[in-house]
Amino acid sequence: MAETGDGKKEDADYKRLQSFPLIRHTDMPEEMRVEAMELCVTACEKFASNNESAAKMIKESMDKKFGSSWHVVIGEGFGFEVSHEVRNLLYMFFGGSLAVCVWKCS
Amino acid sequence: MSVPHKVGSVKSKQVSSFVMQDEEEGLDTAEGEEWMQGKTLVKPPDQLDLTEAELNEEITRVLKASNPNAPQNVVRYSFKEGCYKPIVFVDQMAIHFELEGNLVHKDSDEGRRLMAKQAEVDDGGGDERPDNVAIKAGKREQKLTNQFNFNERASQTLNNAPRDISCQTEPPPRANFSATANQWEIYDFYVEELQRREKSKEKHEGQFLNKEEDKSKKKMIQAETQNDDISQLAKVVKIIERMVNQNIFDDVAQDFMYFEDASDEFRGEKGTLLPLWTFQYDKAKSLSVTALCWNHKYNDLFAVGLGSHEFTQQGGGMLLFYTLKNPSYPEFIFNTASGVMCLDIHEHLSYLVAVGLYDGCVAVYNLKKKTDQPIYNSRASSGKHTSAVMQVKWQKDDLDSNHNFISVSADGRVVSWTLVKHELVFTDIIKLPVIDTIPDDLNDVIPTVGTSLDFHKQKDYSFLVGTEHGKIHKGSKYYSSKFLEKYDAHFMNVTRVRWNPFHPDVFISCGWDWMVKIWDQTMKSPVFTFELKTSVTDVAWAPYSSTVFAAVTTDGKVHVFDLNINKYEALCQQKVVSKKTKLFNIEFNPVHPIIIVGDDRGHVTSLKLSPNLRKKPKEKKGQDLPKGPEVEIAKMEQLLSSLR
Repeated sequence: MAETGDGKKEDADYKRLQSFPLIRHTDMPEEMRVEAMELCVTACEKFASNNESAAKMIKESMDKKFGSSWHVVIGEGFGFEVSHEVRNLLYMFFGGSLAVCVWKCS
Repeated sequence: MSVPHKVGSVKSKQVSSFVMQDEEEGLDTAEGEEWMQGKTLVKPPDQLDLTEAELNEEITRVLKASNPNAPQNVVRYSFKEGCYKPIVFVDQMAIHFELEGNLVHKDSDEGRRLMAKQAEVDDGGGDERPDNVAIKAGKREQKLTNQFNFNERASQTLNNAPRDISCQTEPPPRANFSATANQWEIYDFYVEELQRREKSKEKHEGQFLNKEEDKSKKKMIQAETQNDDISQLAKVVKIIERMVNQNIFDDVAQDFMYFEDASDEFRGEKGTLLPLWTFQYDKAKSLSVTALCWNHKYNDLFAVGLGSHEFTQQGGGMLLFYTLKNPSYPEFIFNTASGVMCLDIHEHLSYLVAVGLYDGCVAVYNLKKKTDQPIYNSRASSGKHTSAVMQVKWQKDDLDSNHNFISVSADGRVVSWTLVKHELVFTDIIKLPVIDTIPDDLNDVIPTVGTSLDFHKQKDYSFLVGTEHGKIHKGSKYYSSKFLEKYDAHFMNVTRVRWNPFHPDVFISCGWDWMVKIWDQTMKSPVFTFELKTSVTDVAWAPYSSTVFAAVTTDGKVHVFDLNINKYEALCQQKVVSKKTKLFNIEFNPVHPIIIVGDDRGHVTSLKLSPNLRKKPKEKKGQDLPKGPEVEIAKMEQLLSSLR
């Protein structure tokens, strides 16, 4: 009992420790990167249960701010190969299990 | 009540009753109910109360066509009859409403006028504006064009033909990117990140103390870079200074390099000294030159030691380095606590300078270091000379490859100093023998002042020491108790003794007794003797010939001799400084045909030797050059043999 309790605690710790947004790969300029990251975090927190709405929100905001046309994928398990405009790609993790990939390619 | 009515109004009565009956009937018929409801008899308070009979009474009313308001008794005065007459026919018209119309008949005057105006307004829009006033003035009835000011002209500019241009920008560059987003990948990456952060935290904590150091280091580096900037500038400035100097002393530089006094041909044997640059330093005005030394590696660099020869006028001293490239300011300046008496530059390591001071200290300066303090100083060491150091000379490195030099001082000791790590270690070589006149028990108290020291060029263990009493002692480094030889050279102070650079047996000495003597070390008496009319303060051999030497005297003259040419007389006796300036030092430049002389004003004058003074006897062409030193030796030998 105690062990499982500890296990759960550890999991919780992990979750707490690992829920910060972490950029896996990006070639964006500093300002764009920061803004995009903030946007993703906001969207994912807002639509925690619905990836599609979160992606929609991110895509529309990016389109407005940085021009069309942006593509956003949010998920927990996927592989991808994309062509993106140079200096317009962000691939980050969030919430310990969520991966967000944002790129621009008109 | 019955009201009197006019006849013929029965109809009207009937009409009125009929109307009343209608009213009542109306009540019963059609909208009877509504009226019935609202029909409560309301009597106005001032209504006449009539009886029924009176109510039923029929009254006739008559309508007339006469105006009841019109006066019926209008009277007018008739002038014809002279009395008032009533007017029968009064106007019975009553005007109830009057409205004036705005329609005008089109044929009437006003109508026509209006029509004309209308026509005017329609045509008036098409006229030119500027002439409008004139037009209006002249066109009340008709449109008149102003023939003087009004001109209508139209033109069409050339329209360029339209062209189609299209352009395509390069699309922004694209790149491909692929990755997989799995749970384990995410987890792994997070773990890595956490580890990285922990490491950096540790480093931060460890480096917290170092951070401040780093900051200070950074500041230092910044300051250094700033200094570097300035010092880089210093390099450039130095070059420019030299250029400027060269420009200023351009003629001197040209002379130094190229001028050969052509008049020497006509002078027979005699030669001249051409004055070149004069080196002086403001702060050294009160000091006199006590030592000169050329740098072997950099042939244009020489060292000047400044101090004072007078016992009573001892102050500070200076060590200056000048270069021929910059005659106006010394390259290196070192201030010393007491007057510099002698100096020597190391033959191979030309940045090491040994200096002997009036207070008995010896110091070694390193020119490479930026400080102006000597790297070695014998102040603290126990073997310090108790009296002025008269001569220092560098020696070859000893067995431990430590640098060392030897000094002779007025306390009669010849001491060898070795540069061991950070200090000078002294070794007494020999003590100068006390002269006979001093009683034995005062041997240690009254020393024999050694004034000059020179080491043999080839056999560097053999050296000569000149003393104040006019004796020259030949010694060897290996014999510390006794001198090998003693020469009675002069009657007074021996100011200089020097070995001949070529011939192994010959040396020269000069003293205050006005004499310059050339010796063969094997012989007790001098080979040549020259009297120069005043105290001779310095003598030097020329580096290019075994028979040429120059001497300076206290009357400011430089005497140059070439024994090969003239054994009895100087080839040149030239006064090179102003009156009452004494010359104290002379040195030949190892490469260039110039000499430098130092005087008691702190000035150093450079002079160029004219060709006559530099003659090398050319016996056969092609044979001379390789046999340089040997020829010199042979030359000397020839001379000597003729005198033996």
